[in-house]
Amino acid sequence: MSGPKTLFDKIWESHVVAENDDGTTLLYIDKHLIHEVTSWTGFERMAEDGRGVRRPDATLGVPDHSIPTRNRAAGVAGIGDPLGRGQVEALIANCERFGVPLIPLTDLRQGIVHIIGPEQGLTLPGATLVCGDSHTATHGAFGCLAFGIGSSEVEHVLATQTLSQKRPRNMRIAVAGDLPPGVAAKDMILAVIGVIGTAGGTGHVVEYAGAAIRALSMEGRMTVCNMTIEGGARAGLVAPDETTFAYLKGRPMAPAGDHWDRAVAHWRTLASDEGAAYDKEATIEAADIAPQITWGTSPEDVIPVTGRTPDPAAAPDEKRREAISQALDYMALAPDAPIEGVAVDRVFIGSCTNGRIEDLRAAAAVARGRRVPDGVGAMVVPGSGLVKRQAEEEGLDRIFVEAGFEWRDAGCSMCIAMNDDKLAPGERCASTSNRNFKGRQGRGGRTHLVSPAMAAAAAVSGRFVDVREMLS
Amino acid sequence: MRTFTTLSGPAAPLPMINVDTDQIIPKQYLTAITRAGLGKGLFHDFRYDMEDRERPDFVLNREPWNEACILIAGENFGCGSSREHAPWALEDFGIRCVIAPGFADIFFNNCVKNGILLIALPEDNVNTLMADAENPQACRMRVDLEAQTIMRASGETVGFEIEPFRKHRLLEGLDDIGITMARAAEIDAFEARQKAAQPWLYGADIPDSAG
Ligand code: SF4
Repeated sequence: MSGPKTLFDKIWESHVVAENDDGTTLLYIDKHLIHEVTSWTGFERMAEDGRGVRRPDATLGVPDHSIPTRNRAAGVAGIGDPLGRGQVEALIANCERFGVPLIPLTDLRQGIVHIIGPEQGLTLPGATLVCGDSHTATHGAFGCLAFGIGSSEVEHVLATQTLSQKRPRNMRIAVAGDLPPGVAAKDMILAVIGVIGTAGGTGHVVEYAGAAIRALSMEGRMTVCNMTIEGGARAGLVAPDETTFAYLKGRPMAPAGDHWDRAVAHWRTLASDEGAAYDKEATIEAADIAPQITWGTSPEDVIPVTGRTPDPAAAPDEKRREAISQALDYMALAPDAPIEGVAVDRVFIGSCTNGRIEDLRAAAAVARGRRVPDGVGAMVVPGSGLVKRQAEEEGLDRIFVEAGFEWRDAGCSMCIAMNDDKLAPGERCASTSNRNFKGRQGRGGRTHLVSPAMAAAAAVSGRFVDVREMLS
Repeated sequence: MRTFTTLSGPAAPLPMINVDTDQIIPKQYLTAITRAGLGKGLFHDFRYDMEDRERPDFVLNREPWNEACILIAGENFGCGSSREHAPWALEDFGIRCVIAPGFADIFFNNCVKNGILLIALPEDNVNTLMADAENPQACRMRVDLEAQTIMRASGETVGFEIEPFRKHRLLEGLDDIGITMARAAEIDAFEARQKAAQPWLYGADIPDSAG
């Protein structure tokens, strides 16, 4: 097929190993990240079948989901839950047995798998990258075709470095104009999901474009791509540009010397061609985006902080009415009421969506010189050990601690609550993570998704406020 | 992999939209390194109260649906986390077919890999089957993958579409890795070409020193 191509078309077509008889494509996978929760079954079956890892050099393991965010010096022994500890031990043993490099718990570079890939320069433009984790979409910020897979597919990649996939369709989401002050990348992606819905991207790869996307830093682009899965699409992409190259240059695993120049020359050819066609398109005006907050139990249940909760009586159909009523009920919110002023019990700043240095800076700018009121528990969990060290070098940890936040070690933490960091039943949390599903942060817990600045504003106010009013 | 040909038994109604995989199997079941017993955790928070007692009003806790092998659900079933524990839990409970207006992509792939048939039908058809499922006298159905039909208790049949490659995989119970392994020469050739053109994608070992 010639003619104008999209960024996605170019990456896909350059990774076709073969077309299978059944209409799927055997796609080559360049990079494979693994963590403790979704890799053990693949390794177990490979051992049974006497198979090996085809390319250990393209694979990297890191424990992140079920590890404690305190007392990290204790290493694996410090994991209180015996099952979680067993899973991390299995990851370590499997990586050793199959020769896969691993970043251990005690390493400064340990962190959330989607934070460390970019940080180490493993995530590269034009490449394909997978991980047994739906937020693999994060890496698309580099123009890297990255998507989450299940455990059977993890095994398939370990054994063959390929996957059989049906070719997805192209979707383009443009965010036009400039983002207003006090509005972050997180607000942008929440607004996008509010427009397209949680199934709006199903079957598609989304390319984010437009001036507001181009103006984002790499970290902002990662936040946007990260939540692509919350809009139903497995992968999001941003065309690589000078911002991308500047971020990657000099990273430990990025190409160097002559390879760097050749790589950049290749990466410059990846952007979508003029006139390339998309199966679906949407445009959003950045100027219309206010700080966002979710009110319900799906990421599409989102409103501006100045908005009101929905009224089930106004829902278009019975199923939707039922869903809204149930969500409001679970969240203990009144229908058709302002969200601003609702009191919070807990605040969580972290996750692969918002656990990078710029996120912590944005939160610290709000927290500085203010104080978390008694009765509110706020915690900051950096996305990696390197993010933590950088924040400490900048003095952000002191700002947080003086404002009454807890300063923790890196990991997924209360994004998924597989360690000790979880909500008690009924507790209401302002969270910078990506999923407000029922019970996600602890059974009966109530999660509101917000940006880091909005989370910090909620922490020091004890309730949801419009952060723009605190930034003058 | 287990094959899927035909399936008969009670269908359970779950008339909710956007049921995510955290609801299908919550995180406390993700830390084990065995799949055994996941069926106990299927829809955990719907099935058990805060003291872990069964909720008698939840459909899968009631006869005849406690023996359900088919589930009828709302749109975008299986969204969210990529956890394959979701199909494992369905299968361990005994559910091998889910019928809904639409499914999330990763969940769809994970189900095919585990011999679970997902049938996407127009909303009207789902509503009809949902009404059948809610009626204990009409909730038994028969799914025939080869013929691509669902037979209702009334004897009427509803046809469904499925992509040929998914149908083939389910009917034959194919070992995907074995099939791909047979293409090793093509993978070798791809790697040789790519390594010449983009050598930076090879051998980038993680450096030993921190920082
Ligand atoms: S931070 Fe949350 S979303 Fe990201 S990988 Fe960890 S558990 Fe998944």
